[in-house]
Amino acid sequence: MIFKLERRVDDSRWMAYLSPILAGTLTLITGSILFWALGKDPLQTLYTFFIAPVSDLYGWTELGVKAAPIMLCALGLAVCYRGKVWNIGAEGQLLFGALVGGGVALQFLESDSAFALPLVLVAGALAGMAWAAIPALLKTHFNTNEILTTIMLNYIALNLLLFSVHGPLKDPGGFNFPESALFTEAVTLPLLLEDSRMHIGILFALFALVAVWVLLSKTFVGFQIKVLGLDTRAAHFAGFKERRLVWLALLLSGALAGLAGVCEVTGPIGQLVPQVSPGYGYAAIIVAFLGRLHPVGILLSSMLMALIYIGGELVQIELNLPLALTGLFQGMLLFFLLACDVLIAYRIRLSPRFSALRKPSSAALVNGADANLSTHSQ
Amino acid sequence: MDYDLIVNILYATVRTGTPLILVALGELVCEKSGVLNLGQEGMMLMGAVIGFIAALETGNLWLGVTFAMAAGLMMSLLFGFIALNLSANQVATGLALTIFGTGLSAFVGSDYVGTPLVGIEPWHIPLLSDIPFVGRILFSHDPLVYLSFGLFVGVYLFLNRSHAGLALKAVGESPQSAKATGLPVFKIRYLAVMFGGAMAGLAGAYLSLAYTPLWAENMTAGRGWIALALVVFASWKAERVLLGAYLFGAFSIMHLVAQGLGFSVSPNLLAIMPYLATIVVLVMLSSDKARVKLYAPVSLGKPFHPAD
Repeated sequence: MIFKLERRVDDSRWMAYLSPILAGTLTLITGSILFWALGKDPLQTLYTFFIAPVSDLYGWTELGVKAAPIMLCALGLAVCYRGKVWNIGAEGQLLFGALVGGGVALQFLESDSAFALPLVLVAGALAGMAWAAIPALLKTHFNTNEILTTIMLNYIALNLLLFSVHGPLKDPGGFNFPESALFTEAVTLPLLLEDSRMHIGILFALFALVAVWVLLSKTFVGFQIKVLGLDTRAAHFAGFKERRLVWLALLLSGALAGLAGVCEVTGPIGQLVPQVSPGYGYAAIIVAFLGRLHPVGILLSSMLMALIYIGGELVQIELNLPLALTGLFQGMLLFFLLACDVLIAYRIRLSPRFSALRKPSSAALVNGADANLSTHSQ
Repeated sequence: MDYDLIVNILYATVRTGTPLILVALGELVCEKSGVLNLGQEGMMLMGAVIGFIAALETGNLWLGVTFAMAAGLMMSLLFGFIALNLSANQVATGLALTIFGTGLSAFVGSDYVGTPLVGIEPWHIPLLSDIPFVGRILFSHDPLVYLSFGLFVGVYLFLNRSHAGLALKAVGESPQSAKATGLPVFKIRYLAVMFGGAMAGLAGAYLSLAYTPLWAENMTAGRGWIALALVVFASWKAERVLLGAYLFGAFSIMHLVAQGLGFSVSPNLLAIMPYLATIVVLVMLSSDKARVKLYAPVSLGKPFHPAD
């Protein structure tokens, strides 16, 4: 081969930050080629996709509306993934939070109590937490793989939501549509800005961002979670209680996703519908990785993901391109990211002769390099 | 329940179990080589959509099946490049493959949603299908179901009776030792991943060309994930994959059973059954740590760089 991968002595800090940018650029290039192949002007399409949605204030508020739930989910996932707890269930936790929160909200159809909204929000967050407690229990006490259980719970939560809006929670005066009654003012999130859909859920997301940052960077528990993720054996030797950390990560993640869900139904949607989430919980997985499992990175990447959602809708309306472009861009982004992440632990050598010259030094460090590989690949 | 209903339920069980068998056999071979590919769902979806489009455009269903397998194979090559060539984390890569496949299949198939297609017709095997009871349940299906029987036998013999299967298992247990004995670890793992991809593509084709001849976004409905659980359930043994697939098939057609018993339960609640069953089964089988350790390929999910 012309190219050769060679292990770096130390992981490259630069590449860790550069890789998401590189992945984004590659996605844009591939996207342009795709637009061109579909007979569209690539520049115009890219403009409609990525610039036009945020060319006015309303566009930015819409960006916030979409970014908030993604960010809430991704922050929780970041805590899980730092501890190598593979929670793929943000979607289900979000849906269950929306379902239970929405169910509570429907109890306040004839009330204007000031406690109604806080109660609804807490119910949603607790429901998400409870949904995440299932894989936590199964993982810590029954040794069950959390990837599979969380995925299955996503499907179960979706079907429970569908069952509820087709059955017990259906609006009696709703002409048999699978929707609940509209929530009243008392259980609707207040808007931050007139003439927009931007609600205070964005403040929750920003608050969660600070909280997760403090947890991961400033607390001993956060440190324990990170050690658990980097080296399980070391965490055991240090006497960290693995079970407690797994529970903590999953419960926190579930609560944030549940909050995201209840904010969706009490915010922009305003009732329970079959389509509460266009896959925010899955998009959050990409966002967590793209943001390097760091709160600030997640802030930026959730805005990018929100833009992909809005841009996808806009090119559908204006250029008649399929809405599925959103999912395609999400998938491409994650794939390019994984490929680019290889450069964190490896460097590309062009000439085989050159790499042959370097070989003795890298062979001498093979043990150290092995450790680097394992941190990179986990 | 009357006789006809029981026969119909068992007949439907074989039908619903078939895509699970196909994808789970592929994943079994893949995992036996030590590679964990969580991208089954994405590969299946690509197989389903490409198979459907190819069959519709060419008018040849079997060309559709071939294209579906090729699509699954291509997707698995993508996984292979990132997870094997670049030794990236297999869990993340598989997840990415599923997300990518979901998006790509929705994109490719967006013009074909709701397009009708005459699917693969059942082919009653002469004589065998005349056997009472068994004939209807096992020998009155479409050819892909018979293919799944054949593939099961093939994979079973390959893993348990062939030299090549032994080599594959050796690679999965300890790639270092396998390499020391001269086995081409990298090549074997690649072939296993490709086999998994083609099988997932075939399973997708079964869904979009035979089971319900149409294309709909996310039509696999988590079957790729259930298949992953199935391999754990089967303790990485081919014969138990077959058993498990039919068991899960039965869980997926609970609405038929409920109808037969005269219950009227919400279809959405019944749709939960296979997922719930997956969790229950996983809990029962993973609780015993020693058992999982005993049966799972030792190097499962661990990258092995070609230069090592």
